[in-house]
Amino acid sequence: MSQAKLEFLERSKYFWNPGKTQDWQDMGIDLVIDRREGYYLYDMDGRRLIDVHLNGGTYNLGHRHPELVEVLKAGTARFDMGNHHFPALARTALAEALAACAPAPDMKYTIYGAGGAEAIDIALKTARHAAQKRKIVSIVKAYHGHSGLSVKTGDERFSKIFLSEDTQGEFVQVPFNDLNAMEDALKKRDVAAVIMESIPATYGFPMPHEGYLPGVKKLCERYDVFYIADEVQTGLMRSGEMWCCNRYGVEPDIMVTGKGISGGMYPIACVLVSEKCGGWLKEDGFAHMSTMGGAELGCVVAMKTLEILQRPAISTMVRYVADYIRNGLDDIMSAYPDFFVGIRQHGLIMGLEFNHEQGAKPVMKHLYDNGVWAIFSTLDPRVLQFKPGVLLTQKDAEDLLRRVEIAVSLARDEVMGKKQRWT
Amino acid sequence: MEPQIRNLVDISSTAAALQGHADILLERARWATTVFQRYDRQTTMNIVDAVAKTAHENAAYYAEWAVRETGFGVVEHKKLKNELTAYPLVDYYRDEDYVNFKIDEARKIVEIPRPAGVVFALTPSTNPIATVNYKIIIALMTRNAIVISPHPAARECCVDAANKLAAAAVAAGAPEGVIQIIDKPTIPLVETFMASEKTNVILATGGTAMVRAAYSSSNPAIGVGPGNAPVFVDSSADVVEAAKHIVNSKSFDNSILCTNESVLITLPEIEKQLIQALRAAHAYICDEDDVTRLRRLLFHERGFNIECIGRDATWIANECGIRVPGNTRILIAPITHIGVEEKLSREKLCPVLAMHVASNRNQAIALAKATLRMTGAGHSAAIHAQDEQVTIKFANSVEVYRVVVNAPCSQGAAGYETHLPPTFTIGTGYFGRSSVGENIGPHHLVHWTRMAYNTKESMNVDRYRELSQGFNGPLPTAPSDGVPGSASARRVVTATVHSQNSNQVDATTREQIRRIIAEELRDILKK
Repeated sequence: MSQAKLEFLERSKYFWNPGKTQDWQDMGIDLVIDRREGYYLYDMDGRRLIDVHLNGGTYNLGHRHPELVEVLKAGTARFDMGNHHFPALARTALAEALAACAPAPDMKYTIYGAGGAEAIDIALKTARHAAQKRKIVSIVKAYHGHSGLSVKTGDERFSKIFLSEDTQGEFVQVPFNDLNAMEDALKKRDVAAVIMESIPATYGFPMPHEGYLPGVKKLCERYDVFYIADEVQTGLMRSGEMWCCNRYGVEPDIMVTGKGISGGMYPIACVLVSEKCGGWLKEDGFAHMSTMGGAELGCVVAMKTLEILQRPAISTMVRYVADYIRNGLDDIMSAYPDFFVGIRQHGLIMGLEFNHEQGAKPVMKHLYDNGVWAIFSTLDPRVLQFKPGVLLTQKDAEDLLRRVEIAVSLARDEVMGKKQRWT
Repeated sequence: MEPQIRNLVDISSTAAALQGHADILLERARWATTVFQRYDRQTTMNIVDAVAKTAHENAAYYAEWAVRETGFGVVEHKKLKNELTAYPLVDYYRDEDYVNFKIDEARKIVEIPRPAGVVFALTPSTNPIATVNYKIIIALMTRNAIVISPHPAARECCVDAANKLAAAAVAAGAPEGVIQIIDKPTIPLVETFMASEKTNVILATGGTAMVRAAYSSSNPAIGVGPGNAPVFVDSSADVVEAAKHIVNSKSFDNSILCTNESVLITLPEIEKQLIQALRAAHAYICDEDDVTRLRRLLFHERGFNIECIGRDATWIANECGIRVPGNTRILIAPITHIGVEEKLSREKLCPVLAMHVASNRNQAIALAKATLRMTGAGHSAAIHAQDEQVTIKFANSVEVYRVVVNAPCSQGAAGYETHLPPTFTIGTGYFGRSSVGENIGPHHLVHWTRMAYNTKESMNVDRYRELSQGFNGPLPTAPSDGVPGSASARRVVTATVHSQNSNQVDATTREQIRRIIAEELRDILKK
């Protein structure tokens, strides 16, 4: 590590976040991201990493995608954040663009937040208003953000520390893939909404069983509950379709998108709601306000993101990247079957499963040492989140697999001891 | 109210937007060729045949469309060209193998075909569909992906045709994206594609400016120069046959092929006989006044009048007020100079043929060379003669890479009615500032990795015949876990090469080992 980086890390601990800065050093990840371009990150000491973390899909199109940079720059010639009190050209234009590719035909309005958590809060408030009920059901180990309401839907790991966990019994959690538990939670008809990531990201991408998500949607219909699809990490073509919930045959009542919607260039998050849910927008349109929510520059970038993602070549790209990476990972898995034990996959949403309760951590570390950045799943560290971007090049995909093979081999030896080589 | 897509901030003409557009198409092509290169020869040829079939079946449809859209040429002849670039093109190269290893036992060399990868192909307005067919087929035969940039004047028919061929290819098992076409080509966009490091080779057919731009792009390019073919009718020729061939060639698709005869050169002793034969074949011989009118119509200050490209003889005659019989197929304009002082000695993509009578054979050859100095270096020439001394001297003198003998030049130089390789890209070689001097074919889109053994060592390279060539076919489809019908256990983990070679650890034993290790691990973790 360079002297400059050492000094920087000290300042980071002093002025920014001592715990987080130190934790990464303890895990052997001394990354300070400096330059970034496409799917490459460059550490401040110059080392290059292929990014398959993408910050939860934020960099789905790559870092600083040239068209997004261009549209943001050009956008500043006309727009700034805008005034959230008034009808605004860019906000309405993005709402129209989203309505045109919405996951359900009756989705109509878009409400904006400055980030995903705020958008989740908007979704929950919207559902509560429409249902005139308070209860929210999410899954055990869910993760939907850190704001007032969103944090209550998730694991207590993030709420208790701030004394912000639910104490009123308004937030119920049920195990994923368990329709009976879901029905038990809903059948009293006192629930406003079920909030569901189509594939729970931070929980290591456990895949929904066949019929689970449509089953939840049916239960919602039966018990007058709204279905909120959190598509922040799974949306935007990562499943091969614009919205992952549609791949499972679910048409949600409310949908939240964030992160990748503006390619990491300008913060914005969006909540799409059906006419039925959006009643408050007529009753009292000023009821939720956000100065930075729906900033018009963010809208301009998001429209370009949607345009790029809807180019016909993209869905082919997603298939090629998904098939090719899977094919290569299958080879690696068959070479290290005692350690690399499973792949969870839907398109470019992938979780690599290792045969150790913290198995993804050494893999992450060795990947880091070998020029790849992927992160373990906070709520299931057996699983490495592996999220290649939709525009990954063939060259980088090949290089990525080469590096993964090396890292898995080293991590395996570290965890399980040197094995007798069969060669 | 329906949602509308608005473009509040238009960046479409910026370098970033052009690059972004090009990158996605070229990268999709890269993926397609990567997968295509896993295909064996039979599968490859099945795809080629399916595409050729579609091209053949739609030959008339697109011939009509192309003429309607561009205003160039003759439907019936375009149909013929569209057909020629389907089955006959494939059949010409059918026995060539661009997929398997080539083994040369005598030289102890094994050659492995390595496709170019991503071919960026410019197609012209003059022969739009034939060129689209041709370039797609030679790219597919060599397992390349191709991105076509159609001439804007023939955009609609080309986009439709290329998409149809792409669908046929995919239906026959080709990787998706192996054939793509730019919907809205603009000069800056085309330049972006040409300069992209994702492009492996540019196949440039079109105007000189485009071809030069291709060569200036910094990428490998196969570009071809313009034609201006001289045709020499020698005193040893079968004059009647020669006249028929010339009229057939010059009227074929109204001279829109760059291989068409431009200047007819002959000798005084057969002049009358030739003119008679030309008339009999429905050529109209212009008088001095007609020639002046023709010159004025065909050549503007800036060059050839594009209004006249691919028009028929009677249309042209009518335009400049020459009265000709209704069945006139070509116009012959007698001239007395060849060179800068005579515009009619330049390339004419219409059925107007200049004619010059030389005093002797040497002068005739000198005139043919002079014609090619105007334009057309490295391109084509034709001769009608029975005396091989004359044909060899002619061919050895003119600076072209194909000389058609006793046959129509339009078709003959492009490989139809001769045994030259059928093509719609005529390599004009070093004479014509091009990298290739042959008719371009599939072999130009593949290079070979050559494994060479020590000359002194004894080695039977024949053993390579038995080895796998890695033809694994399409990639298995990755699962979409939880989506009905998407199998998650799609691939039985196959025994790896390691285990085959070594201690006979079969799958069952390995499974047991895996379980034991897993249990041990759990114990360790509990402690």
